[in-house]
Amino acid sequence: MFDPKDIRKDFPILSRTVHGKPLVYLDNAATSQKPRQVIQTLVDCYELYNANVHRGVHTISVEATERMEEARRKVSRFINAPSTEGVIFVRNTTEAVNLVANSWAMDNVGQGDEIVVSEVEHHSNLVPWQKVAHQKGATLKLLPATEDGRVDLSFLESIITQHTKLVSVVHISNMTGAINPVKEIGRRAHQVGALFMVDGAQSVPHMPIDVCNLDCDFLAFSGHKMLAPPGIGVLFGKVSILEKMEPFLRGGEMVREVWYDHATWNDLPNKFEAGTPNFTDAVALGAAVDYLDGLGMDAVRQHEIDITTYALKAFAELEELDVIGPKEAQDRGGLVTFTAGDIHPHDLGTFLDSEGVAIRTGHHCVMPYHRKLGLVATGRASFYVYNTNEEIDTLIQALKKALAYFAHAS
Amino acid sequence: MLPNELDDLYKDVILDHYRSPRNTKRLEDAHVKAHGLNPFCGDEVDLQLLLNGDGTIKEVGFQGRGCSISQASASMLTEELKSKTLEEAEALRKLFRRMMQGEKLTDAELEFLGSLEVLEGVRKFPVRIKCALLAFSTLEDGITEYKRKKRS
Repeated sequence: MFDPKDIRKDFPILSRTVHGKPLVYLDNAATSQKPRQVIQTLVDCYELYNANVHRGVHTISVEATERMEEARRKVSRFINAPSTEGVIFVRNTTEAVNLVANSWAMDNVGQGDEIVVSEVEHHSNLVPWQKVAHQKGATLKLLPATEDGRVDLSFLESIITQHTKLVSVVHISNMTGAINPVKEIGRRAHQVGALFMVDGAQSVPHMPIDVCNLDCDFLAFSGHKMLAPPGIGVLFGKVSILEKMEPFLRGGEMVREVWYDHATWNDLPNKFEAGTPNFTDAVALGAAVDYLDGLGMDAVRQHEIDITTYALKAFAELEELDVIGPKEAQDRGGLVTFTAGDIHPHDLGTFLDSEGVAIRTGHHCVMPYHRKLGLVATGRASFYVYNTNEEIDTLIQALKKALAYFAHAS
Repeated sequence: MLPNELDDLYKDVILDHYRSPRNTKRLEDAHVKAHGLNPFCGDEVDLQLLLNGDGTIKEVGFQGRGCSISQASASMLTEELKSKTLEEAEALRKLFRRMMQGEKLTDAELEFLGSLEVLEGVRKFPVRIKCALLAFSTLEDGITEYKRKKRS
């Protein structure tokens, strides 16, 4: 088990101050900070082997290609993908979902069919399916959530039916923090012959993920939430399904042979990687995977259970604060979404920032579920490997000050 | 950040408007109506203007949900709009935007802004300027739509 205090030195940004106070970075569900090892990998890419991949026969192009493919192997092992052919580099989770929506759903979903998502989806796993449903005359159905923001399994059989072609569900909600029972949902999806997709944006960075064990057909996640740069993400797909799908974007790299009037497609995964890929950030993602592997994903998960337990207990002691989502840290990812009486989250966010504490405020791209709960916005503190209990103490002190400030001003 | 910068943002009068917003009755028969949303934070403002026969603003209504800055600025705007013409309302909106963009206003312009001047402190918090502008962009949408309908 690692000590977060020991690894903080790997993250240069954590030693900066904000408004004269030490930065307390608690917005990791939005994006994570980057360790020197990842930053240095980027520098090395540009200083030592920057060349376009999969093209040249010259040395540095070969080196760049090998580095990128090595990163793909690392990512592949990280999620226990059966082969690297099913690991496609994309920009982010959003692009991964759009790829499946355009390349699979537009060809396989028709009039009267159903696509199922949950009530607590991030916009990225909702809006692409709206387009498919509208254009194909299909129905977009919602799996209801329990009171504590988890997908309610009692609705599985009534919502996922013989007409369902695809079920796509968020693994850990970036708003309620709930860990959804994705295996059970996937089992029901497969029972009716539907495909099953998991939005792993908040789970892959924070817990051990095994796509074979989950038995998902697709898994989407972003690099920037797991110590890597923004602009690189992954779509995992089962090879048997990816092989039958049409390409998403068309152009260079994804073709085998091209004539003036038609073309044939490259092998997986290149079929889905049109144009020059973001190879430097892919290599940096490989370095991020090395870093997380070094800590051990079981230990990462345990650290987040510990810090979330500590945070939930501290939040419970402030009666003005209401926490959304499951009560037990075991049932949630490392984030706490809350309201603070009648203080608007944006006012709270501005106040906390003046204390050096960075949290997310707003609807966190989960507008429909906020609306359902009768909320416009919430505050969210989210944790990662380098966060300490002392930082939670700072957050709580700042929250107390904010509560006093706004009470005094009224 | 200096503590008094926070106090510049959260002046007592602003918090007072936030706690007790003015003119919140919905005007069902209003001539100008608009709904404003800041998608970044989910803040919402509904605005209605009821006009006199001479085109001046008779009554203003607003309803909304959101942070203190978005709601207080909307409430303060409703007070400033009364008895102005739509052209003056437009001028007020443009002036307010210029203040938020950091322009130095003349004494006469500041006088025209009236109580809205206290929102100047928001400028030191760039991410919150959008909150202060929400009611004003809603006003702009409403007036544009009203004029478009009147023409057709």
